[in-house]
Amino acid sequence: MKESNPSLIRPSDKSFFPYIFTALFVLAFVDSWRRADIDPVVFFEKKGQEALWKFLTGMFPPDVSWNFISLMLRPALETIQISLWGTLIAVAIGFPLGLLGTHTLAVRGILNDAELQGAPVRRGMRYGLYFLARGLLSLFRSIPEFVWAFMFVRAVGLGPFPGVLAIGVAYGGMLGKVYSEIFEAVNYRPLEALQSVGANKLQIFFYGWFPQALPNFVSYTLYRWECAVRASAILGLVGAGGLGQQIEISMRMFNFNEVLTILIILFMMVAAVDYISAKTRAML
Amino acid sequence: MRTVNSTQQYRLAEIRKVFARDQVALDRIVLTVCRGERVALIGPSGAGKTTLFRLLNCTLRPTSGKLWIDDEDVESLNGKDLRRTRSRIGSVYQQHNLVPRLRVIHNVLAGQLGRWATLQSLLSLFKPADVEIARQALQQVGMPEKLLERTDELSGGQQQRVAIARVLVQNPDVILADEPVSSVDPSLASTIVRLLIEISQNRHKTLIVSLHSVDLALAYFPRVIGIKEGRVSFDLETSKITEGMLEDLYSGNFRDHSMTEAISERVQSVAYPSVG
Repeated sequence: MKESNPSLIRPSDKSFFPYIFTALFVLAFVDSWRRADIDPVVFFEKKGQEALWKFLTGMFPPDVSWNFISLMLRPALETIQISLWGTLIAVAIGFPLGLLGTHTLAVRGILNDAELQGAPVRRGMRYGLYFLARGLLSLFRSIPEFVWAFMFVRAVGLGPFPGVLAIGVAYGGMLGKVYSEIFEAVNYRPLEALQSVGANKLQIFFYGWFPQALPNFVSYTLYRWECAVRASAILGLVGAGGLGQQIEISMRMFNFNEVLTILIILFMMVAAVDYISAKTRAML
Repeated sequence: MRTVNSTQQYRLAEIRKVFARDQVALDRIVLTVCRGERVALIGPSGAGKTTLFRLLNCTLRPTSGKLWIDDEDVESLNGKDLRRTRSRIGSVYQQHNLVPRLRVIHNVLAGQLGRWATLQSLLSLFKPADVEIARQALQQVGMPEKLLERTDELSGGQQQRVAIARVLVQNPDVILADEPVSSVDPSLASTIVRLLIEISQNRHKTLIVSLHSVDLALAYFPRVIGIKEGRVSFDLETSKITEGMLEDLYSGNFRDHSMTEAISERVQSVAYPSVG
């Protein structure tokens, strides 16, 4: 919070600020209500109620025939496979870029002082790389995986592959950002000691940086994998394979009971992934 | 027992170190340390001992002035040459600075990093190379049985011994220790100081130790340097040091002590924002 003159925020002092602020606040909500087409009347109108009722009753009972479930096994497996490879690619993108984007590794602090003092060219190059890595990471993660998938479907065609690429790129951006934060939070004292032995940057990384960062590194990567399982289900809606594609097909055919079955499968998958990653984290 | 050797290990001429925001940590330090000498650095906290330590082990560079190590001008050193020079200087830190999650053996073998190729050092994390060297080093500091334990499971004093074992493996020409005993309990302090002296004597190494405890400095070192406010206050044989000099060294510190400490901490946090 910025400090401000107290008289500005006390309504008794003939200041218009609180009134203007309140007015804008209310206006924002009123205007958004209108423009976002919020229409609760739908729930009370006969037509709306009928549609809702049709959708809800249509879901029950879920389609548990072996016929349908066996059809879903492949897409379910595909969803997991997309998430696995997507996450692997994300690590492959995020790890090196995250390293280059780590302030204390690349440009500042006690590990760079001796090398960069009085060496403007080297300093400039390091900063260049640092900003390049940072820039790429924020580009990758500022575009949602859904939009990436949309673009990759156009680029490489329908199927699971664009889903893998979308998760790889978008999550690579997120992982890289968080990796660099994890690396920066490491205690620098042991690193200073390793440097004083005559170790180079990579050796310092393997012996001091990574061992200290490992628990956070693993648990955040696993968390991202969980997210990737959920995401790869959604990505199917734009034609990138997996369970999402099946949801889309069943929706379009008004087979709501199939939709419910798929949602149950998805729920079980996510719960299983949760369980596996929690177990893995507990091992660290 | 002083080894007579005319070669200079360190020569410092008019060394200044200024951190961000014009904080002068060291001011016109002139100093010569010969090979095989054993020197204690004393002085109030915030006097610049740690900064001097970091200059001597090539972690920092002076802002101005010249520093020679083994008659080599440090200013010209970069990349591989800089790392090679660092590998000839062993450092023991106040907080031992080990990697807590690694096994003792890897922390000890880290002393080899200056000699090992990158790939070799990576492989050693999976299958330790030079197990015997690590075992011997631990034997010398009196705890060979801890080889495979995780470092963070040891006590503070034990960890300081691991740090010394790392220096043994490194086998440098110089051993620097920055307040090596201020985080171990007093009964262990003189044991560790004696261990450092023993190593430097047996292997003919230069030893420079900064100490909080004046008693330890006077008891174990033939030469003592007093540092105050970034300058050398005295630099004498131990027998020539008087009560008055010591009083001078620490005088004014009851009032200023907290301030100098606050400044030095700020200098640290400005120059090296604590990342923890």
